Amino acid sequence: MHWEYAPAPQAQDIVELRPSYGLFIDGEFSDPDDGTSLETVNPATEQVLARVAAAGPRDVDRAVTAARRAYQQTWGPMPGRERAKYLFRIARLVQERARELAVLETLDNGKPIRESRDMDVPLVAAHFFYYAGWADKLDYAGFGPSPRPLGVAGQIIPWNFPLLMAAWKLAPALAAGNTCVLKPAETTPLTALLLAEIIQQADVPPGVVNIVTGDGLTGEELVLHSGVDKIAFTGSTEVGKRIQRAVAGTSKHLTLELGGKGANIVFEDAPIDQAIEGIVNGIYFNQGHVCCAGSRLIVQESIADAVIERLKRRLQTLRLGDPLDKNTDIGAINSPGQLDKITELTASGESEGAERWSSPCALPDRGYWFPPTILTRVSQSHRVAREEIFGPVLSVLTFRTTQEAVSKANNTPYGLSAGVWTEKGSRILWMADQLRAGVVWGNTYNRFDPSSPFGGIRESGFGREGGRHGLEAYLDVR
Amino acid sequence: MVTSTRVEPAGPATAQWPAMLAPGAQLGEVMTSEAMLRRFLSGLPGVDQVGTELRAGALSTRSIKSDAKLWALDMAVRMVDLTTLEGADTDGKVMSLCAKARRPDPANPSVPAVAAVCVYPDLVAVAKNGLAGSTVQVAAVATAFPSGRAGRQVKLADVRWALEAGADEIDMVIDRGAFLSGRYSMVLDEIRAVREVCGAAHLKVILETGELETYDNVKRAAWLAMLGGADFVKTSTGKVSPAATLPVALVMLEAVRDFHEVTGRRVGVKVAGGIRKAKDALRYLVAVNETVGEAWLDPSGFRFGASSLLNDLLMQWTKQQTHCYARPDDFSQE
Repeated sequence: MHWEYAPAPQAQDIVELRPSYGLFIDGEFSDPDDGTSLETVNPATEQVLARVAAAGPRDVDRAVTAARRAYQQTWGPMPGRERAKYLFRIARLVQERARELAVLETLDNGKPIRESRDMDVPLVAAHFFYYAGWADKLDYAGFGPSPRPLGVAGQIIPWNFPLLMAAWKLAPALAAGNTCVLKPAETTPLTALLLAEIIQQADVPPGVVNIVTGDGLTGEELVLHSGVDKIAFTGSTEVGKRIQRAVAGTSKHLTLELGGKGANIVFEDAPIDQAIEGIVNGIYFNQGHVCCAGSRLIVQESIADAVIERLKRRLQTLRLGDPLDKNTDIGAINSPGQLDKITELTASGESEGAERWSSPCALPDRGYWFPPTILTRVSQSHRVAREEIFGPVLSVLTFRTTQEAVSKANNTPYGLSAGVWTEKGSRILWMADQLRAGVVWGNTYNRFDPSSPFGGIRESGFGREGGRHGLEAYLDVR
Repeated sequence: MVTSTRVEPAGPATAQWPAMLAPGAQLGEVMTSEAMLRRFLSGLPGVDQVGTELRAGALSTRSIKSDAKLWALDMAVRMVDLTTLEGADTDGKVMSLCAKARRPDPANPSVPAVAAVCVYPDLVAVAKNGLAGSTVQVAAVATAFPSGRAGRQVKLADVRWALEAGADEIDMVIDRGAFLSGRYSMVLDEIRAVREVCGAAHLKVILETGELETYDNVKRAAWLAMLGGADFVKTSTGKVSPAATLPVALVMLEAVRDFHEVTGRRVGVKVAGGIRKAKDALRYLVAVNETVGEAWLDPSGFRFGASSLLNDLLMQWTKQQTHCYARPDDFSQE
């Protein structure tokens, strides 16, 4: 019998949205120097959530100066065990205010509450807990005795995991003794500003964390500012290249976490039902707005048709709609610009000869939506096999021999992530050795843990976040 | 005709799927020899433990509210096999259980009858009497339940005895000793023998997953049961811990889904043991809905073997309708 789940909306009233937000500089919220601001929109309803300050050159300078002062006077000289106390406090406050953070993340980003509640926010707390533990043990991190922090870190983060990326950047930097100027993405600044409130609540000394909202221009000011010792950027490869050019010839340290075109490789002896889940989790998690998404399914020829059929059946059970509904699996695309990009690339796939199948789910009238989509008959030369779509679109390629799987997987300028599905353990290890990717998952996909380093090679960037390796990005190890 | 001297196809066992699970594949062939059966079972796609448990975890986060919840509670009541399997069972207890099965909540006539009452064979006649004129079926556990440690003839006699007393459904146990030592044909033959004795009676095959150790084994045992002609595959006797778990149920649901795709025959799943809360029952229903689909959302496709679950379903039902929590003593204990 047919069973329709009733709406199960998460209450929004836990979040108190202010009409406008200022910049978080030197421990206080303040208006930008020239008074300009940007709107941030709920992508599921197209309603304006709030106005957020756009930081100009003078604001960025104020933030960097505050960070420098805090580095020299409070945070830098502070013993590691004292810094740890603040980080533990932030972690606990994140847990206490978890629901509030999750709802706000979903409102601002469009991702399902199920994901912000069960993935993003718990991982944020876990990251702060993890690096709090390192703060007084840096001598034993393997970088020699008394490794020194770098100083002021300028950190620029993307819109796909707004709060989680803030945690990935702030936690190791602060644990290592740096001070930070963080620039959230233009379309998703709200949770970072709520995190600023938490940082206030945790009594973190003024200037240790500064948050400057704004668009690309604000980011550029931060990158070019001479008072910044380190730039950490997560975002597109195109912008990453510009940043690398801009810091060339300066004393600035740099880590980049850029795009990807992850290969999810399924062998004929894979645990098939779990592999299907892994493919779904690899590309339809967070609407495919994941840099390490398994956007290319490379499946062994002998099982390709069966896998595609099972995948289609599974996709029809995915529930697309109101991101605040607790039963929603696929939320809204973050911005109209991103929706255009996904639409354009998918259409190019069709015109290049790929066969398109989209889940027959109804799309809401308002907001930005794209149904879970599979492109089959994709060949290596198609744009959809080479360019990052950053949406819920899977390109399917097949292989006959293991060597063919490896060469297809590696035939990309990127090198962030890959997945291998087989019941043969030795094959996973062999594949992991052959694949040119920073992260290789075995019989799983898109699993994250603060103790596990994450990052790419080639056009996916350099530097690692998470684990002991993640400290290296914020310590002077030369 | 296929004979035992048939040359078996070369190549690794894993190469057998997906052809062997394609619609219309000839499953009769796999039962022609121990070697073929073994090859078929070991050629089934493996089950990854971590992935299965993650998926079960994700399914259990579904939020079932208002009308959807009331619908599910109603369905769950219809799916209950109200069970008593104690050495100390009395005629009186069984009669009382039958009354409860026919009309679970006398204060609320909208609550439907349960699917069946499940007892030992010696109490089948009592239950039959207590359920006369109702839609509720009498299920009997047989084949030397719960351990299954008896000779084939004793087991079959046990089944005949239950059927002669009027049982509509037989819950048999598989020979776990034979299964775990790899004597698959023996397990299969026994299931087929019981199937034959059962005739038109409804046959549920208990895998006792708590003794099978791996999800791969659960999947293989489920396939054996289905090949042997089971109408239902059932997780547990309730006498071994762990009994039913959501990941185990998920693996069995995937197996019945695949079997249906090959043969067109719909086999049901019964979870038994340790399911006491309505919340747990709802999680199983979500797993059914999102794994095998709405065709199985019916007492002919899914059952709960339970006793205390029924009262929790009734309490949640009352709460859903009156917005007040009832007391445990508002409902009869058995």
